[in-house]
Amino acid sequence: MIRFLLSRLLTLLVTAFALTFIVFFLTNLEPSLEKIAKSEIGTRVSDAEVESWLDRNGYGEPMLVRYGEWLGVVPGWTHTVDGEVVAGRCELPGGTVETSAFCGILQGDWGWSTVFRRDVAEIIGRSLALTGKLMFWVMMVMVPGALILGVLAGMREGSKLDRSLSTVSILTTATPEYVSGVVFIAVFASTAVGLRWFNGSATSAMEDATFENFTLPVLTIALYGMGYIARMTRASMTEVMTAQYIRTARLKGVSFPKIVLRHALRNALIAPFTVIMLQFPWLLNGVVIVETLFNYKGFGWTLVQAAGNNDIELLLGVSVVSVVVVLLTQLISDIGYVYLNPRIRVS
Amino acid sequence: MEPLSWTGPWGAWLNPLLGLSVAGLVAASLLALVLSLVSAPVRRQSLPDGTLAARAGLHGLADLAGRAFLWLTALVLALYLLLPLLLPYGALGILGEMSQRFLPVWIALGLTFGLSIAFKRRLGLYGKLFDSTIGMAGFALVMFWVFIALFAGLFDLIATHDPLTALSGMKNKVPGTPLAMAGDGVYPHYLLGGDNLARDVFSRMVHGSWIVVQIAPLATIFAFLVGITLGLPAGFYAGRLDTVLSFLANLILAFPVILLFYLLVTPEMVQTGVPAYMAMVLFLFPIAFFGVLLNARLAPRPMLRLVVLAMLLLFGGWLYLSMVSQDGTPVDFWPDALDLFDVPGGILVVFVSVVFVNAPTVFRIVRGLTMDIKTRDYVAAAQTRGESPWYIMLWEILPNARGPLIVDFCLRIGYTTILLGTLGFFGLGLPPDSPDWGSTINLGRRLLSIYPHAAMVPALALLSLVLGLNLLADGLREESLKD
Repeated sequence: MIRFLLSRLLTLLVTAFALTFIVFFLTNLEPSLEKIAKSEIGTRVSDAEVESWLDRNGYGEPMLVRYGEWLGVVPGWTHTVDGEVVAGRCELPGGTVETSAFCGILQGDWGWSTVFRRDVAEIIGRSLALTGKLMFWVMMVMVPGALILGVLAGMREGSKLDRSLSTVSILTTATPEYVSGVVFIAVFASTAVGLRWFNGSATSAMEDATFENFTLPVLTIALYGMGYIARMTRASMTEVMTAQYIRTARLKGVSFPKIVLRHALRNALIAPFTVIMLQFPWLLNGVVIVETLFNYKGFGWTLVQAAGNNDIELLLGVSVVSVVVVLLTQLISDIGYVYLNPRIRVS
Repeated sequence: MEPLSWTGPWGAWLNPLLGLSVAGLVAASLLALVLSLVSAPVRRQSLPDGTLAARAGLHGLADLAGRAFLWLTALVLALYLLLPLLLPYGALGILGEMSQRFLPVWIALGLTFGLSIAFKRRLGLYGKLFDSTIGMAGFALVMFWVFIALFAGLFDLIATHDPLTALSGMKNKVPGTPLAMAGDGVYPHYLLGGDNLARDVFSRMVHGSWIVVQIAPLATIFAFLVGITLGLPAGFYAGRLDTVLSFLANLILAFPVILLFYLLVTPEMVQTGVPAYMAMVLFLFPIAFFGVLLNARLAPRPMLRLVVLAMLLLFGGWLYLSMVSQDGTPVDFWPDALDLFDVPGGILVVFVSVVFVNAPTVFRIVRGLTMDIKTRDYVAAAQTRGESPWYIMLWEILPNARGPLIVDFCLRIGYTTILLGTLGFFGLGLPPDSPDWGSTINLGRRLLSIYPHAAMVPALALLSLVLGLNLLADGLREESLKD
């Protein structure tokens, strides 16, 4: 078990390393750097000015060196004018710059966001908290809903109930978030239809989430994931319902509700557990769309802002967090699967 | 011209009829549903004397009523479609006129279904699709959009106006508004209203389907060719090759898709040529796939093999070079005289990034299937015969993995459609005035709470196409599991 965990953690580190390097490489290509410089000093500047601005702000060094600086294995850059250090990567709160100091992600310094003009760690912390709130409610709606749908559909395979519920779950998986979000806003929040039940924007939900401003974003994300989990639950439920021990219970004369609740449910929920954990990367996608659509300034919104403005260090921070989330949930789902299903042992 | 209402003057007769039949249908289905909760389903039974017994009592009644109301609803809907052909313009309102515009589509759909059902026993898996209601419904939805796309894209039928021209006075007009300045030979209404740049929403929806139908299936095929070419050896040989390829696939899958799109599709990135270089690599896979496929098959006949491979390399290579080399990008080396076509701006980049996102998942599916199938006896038999590894992979393992792959192919076209919409939704890749559904939703969502029609129409179009593909996949899965 320990060896399995260690090898998985090693894979996680290597993946995060490779991924951040790719992101770093793609965001540091010539035209992207030029775009940053132009957004800082204006668009009508000569190439020489752009060049000198890039040099002064530490973008001039070779890419590998700068990736090392971001990692924290190469001392941070400094810019000296007349022998005096005026700017550098490792700036202390007072404004003084440390020379030949390491300040990368290994030292816990996530860097500086050029769009928000704040520390990346601070931005990511705050937006993660907001997205955490959103995800909590999504899970609260999605997981019970999906399990109930799946168990009801799977307990009698081929019945009318099964067919109708399966069609419902196909419909929800076929509805991407930007479609369901648009439809929800148009129906429940527009003056044109007149049902003004909910808010079409979730900006106020960042401070305090109410039923009115948080329902639509939560529902939009939850619906897309729900169908998939429900289908997995249905598949595993139909499999369990044909098992020998269920037939034995029926022949003993146990009532149908009791069979479903006491005998079938526990075994039927093993497979959906893994699926729910593996849904996290997908939900991350939905979060980006929904936060953009409802203007909720969480992690997904931050990603879009960072990517749209080529904010290198923020983008790197976002990638690190998302790759860790994706791989950790995979790990948890593997471990959980082993614990729930005693027939499987990790080798 | 008068503004059109949704169903026009004749709607006063048809709407209550439709309402009644739908209400009856819903009531009957609910009754059947409740009954199915109380007791187990009993199907038609054959009795010992050779006769059939239908279900009796309340069950039978609910079934009968359900079927009757279903037919009634279908009949009324058919009236909505057919009556506008006989009645004067506008008698059935917007719906009637739309149905009239779709006339070529209805004819093509009718022909497709008629012929397919007539010959379904001779058509293999495709024919079996017509045994399942869900599969047929999905197929109908998909073909509806495919025919719209073909008629609009190739013959310029169906659409009422140009999707890119704005007509004055039509900004944000509700569905059914007559043109402010109608001229001769110009269609007199904006059937589904105007968007915030005064363009016709209906025509944009129709032309948007052409973009989806062009890109989504082709990108999915490419993703499958890449995934199969890499997944077969990874599953077959396992070992170090598998470790490396799986790591790369997982690496791509660990990226949030939208971050990847932003990194690949932004104008700065296109300027550096990264997507163009990726296209050079990705488009090699189809040639490699077909080359290896034919090479393995024709190994016993060296002369034929030589000819076929030479032809493949010549024509495949020509297509490849024309595709990869684009004017105005860093990869532009191929003389224009030999360049067969240039893919219009942005589409190649979108295409490459969609293939890139889809290929790792296909790789994982193929790898898993290969690992499962390579333990079968017929693979061992082929190995004993002395067949080459690639022959075993492509001609023994791949055909036996086709069931799950076909089902996944349908689902994946739907997913690709969603991805294309996502790209449009974030304003990436395609030009901003492009009529594709994602970009149109993105434009329409800013005024969503006041003028919802501009975003709702493409949203519902996208939903129905993806739903059709998912239903089709479900039907195919059901039918392929039967044998």
